[in-house]
Amino acid sequence: MNNSKLKKLLKNPYVFIGGIIMGLILLMIIVGFFWMPYEPTKMSASEKLQGISLRHIMGTDNMGRDVFSRVMYGSRVTLMIAIGTIIIGAGVGTIIGSITGYYGGMIDEVTMRVIDALFAFPSILLALVIVSVFGVGWPQLVISLGIAFVPSFARIVRGEVLRCKNMDYIENARLQGVSDFRMIFLHILPNIKGVLASSILIGFNNAVLAEAGLSYLGVGSQPPYASLGRMLSDAQQYMFTRPSYVLCPGIVIVLMVLGFAFLGEGIKRWK
Amino acid sequence: MEKEKVLRVTGLNVFYKNRKRKLFSRKNKKIQALFDVSFDMEEGEVLAIAGESGCGKSTLARAIVGINKDYQGEIWQKYGRPMMVFQDPYNSLNPAKKIGWLLEEPLKVDKERTWTKEERRKRVEEIMQEIELPISMLDRYPSQLSGGQRQRVCIGIALMREPKLLIADEPVSALDVTIQAQIMELLDNLHRKHGISIIFISHDLRVVYQISDHVMVMKNGKVVEYGATRDVYRNPQAEYTRQLLKAAGITR
Repeated sequence: MNNSKLKKLLKNPYVFIGGIIMGLILLMIIVGFFWMPYEPTKMSASEKLQGISLRHIMGTDNMGRDVFSRVMYGSRVTLMIAIGTIIIGAGVGTIIGSITGYYGGMIDEVTMRVIDALFAFPSILLALVIVSVFGVGWPQLVISLGIAFVPSFARIVRGEVLRCKNMDYIENARLQGVSDFRMIFLHILPNIKGVLASSILIGFNNAVLAEAGLSYLGVGSQPPYASLGRMLSDAQQYMFTRPSYVLCPGIVIVLMVLGFAFLGEGIKRWK
Repeated sequence: MEKEKVLRVTGLNVFYKNRKRKLFSRKNKKIQALFDVSFDMEEGEVLAIAGESGCGKSTLARAIVGINKDYQGEIWQKYGRPMMVFQDPYNSLNPAKKIGWLLEEPLKVDKERTWTKEERRKRVEEIMQEIELPISMLDRYPSQLSGGQRQRVCIGIALMREPKLLIADEPVSALDVTIQAQIMELLDNLHRKHGISIIFISHDLRVVYQISDHVMVMKNGKVVEYGATRDVYRNPQAEYTRQLLKAAGITR
């Protein structure tokens, strides 16, 4: 990538806005590693369900814990789970998609039908099944969400590989005696990295939302360390008595999703 | 003394699978694209294959280089795999890779010997000189090059491992006339300098006249005329050859 291309990318309004939003969230998470206003698990019986104040900028929850500190910690958990999900989903999906797309024939037919069947399952349901078999905890959550994300990536990559496969330059490389492995990873995948990048960012969105949904259902990250979705689920009964408690983690989820969406859109348009 | 042959094709029949396969019909019809094609080439010869589009010129080329393996008949080659230059220089270079990388790739995957980094760099520089492009272009992407420059790179890639036989499938059809002449001149120079045998495929008889030793005219997958260039142009035997010459504006 050369300099002028990078400059053009940064001038893109979608990337600009998305970058600012994601930058702020990342800053919050990184600062959270070194300093938080309060210990996120420290309870205080005298400060239950307080509103927004200078002492607690996002108020406190039903156990007197500082919501801002918990949001800082929670976005870290949410982002980690989303990243893990995407690494598994995009990694496995890309490998399956490129192999089936490249070889075609029987392997392709069979694998894609299996993927279709997996696709027909709502991802949350699939994750629920996996979590109920292997127990509750973040590794299970990451693996189950990852598997649920494989089909969409496999589909996208397969389609792109099919498009590239019959180009003259691939035939040309085959004439030189390029091996299949080298062909897929060095000749074809570099051509689809743009599409892959934007679908990874959109996938991030879905991962954040799916994690929030699962945590809300109670199978995600476990107390006392909570992800943003978990916080929402804990906060719902105080929705009317202390709206700030439910709004703050909710807004951070919305911002996170929005930031990824803008970045994804920007990259798509930049191509 | 007779010169040695580099390529001998005898009784070649090539088939294509019928793509329109229905779900429940087991019939797997094949379409025959070439009928009983035979010819041979001497060392250092330039053979032009002419004919209208769809007559089987490219099919023949693909069978010779081994892309299409579904054929009957014999293709005998003195040396290993021939290399090929494709028609459309806008599609035959990987858009995600730099020119330098593309030129090095044939050496990296060479099964006959391993090239050290130093050797590869030297060879790439040699080839850049042969195809008359500045070394600074190695860092560019194909999209930053003109059509003629791209076709030069394609020829360069094909020549990296010094093949003895080069197949050029309509290498100048996608280029404008002045660039066509330059590319033809380049191919002619390379042919003279290294003694490479070239199969030159074209639908335009004007283009192949200057550089070819023999001409083969094809129609509907069959060879209708074969002979020394001069004889074919002066005294065409087949009616179809006369039509082609007329269309090219060479005879009235």
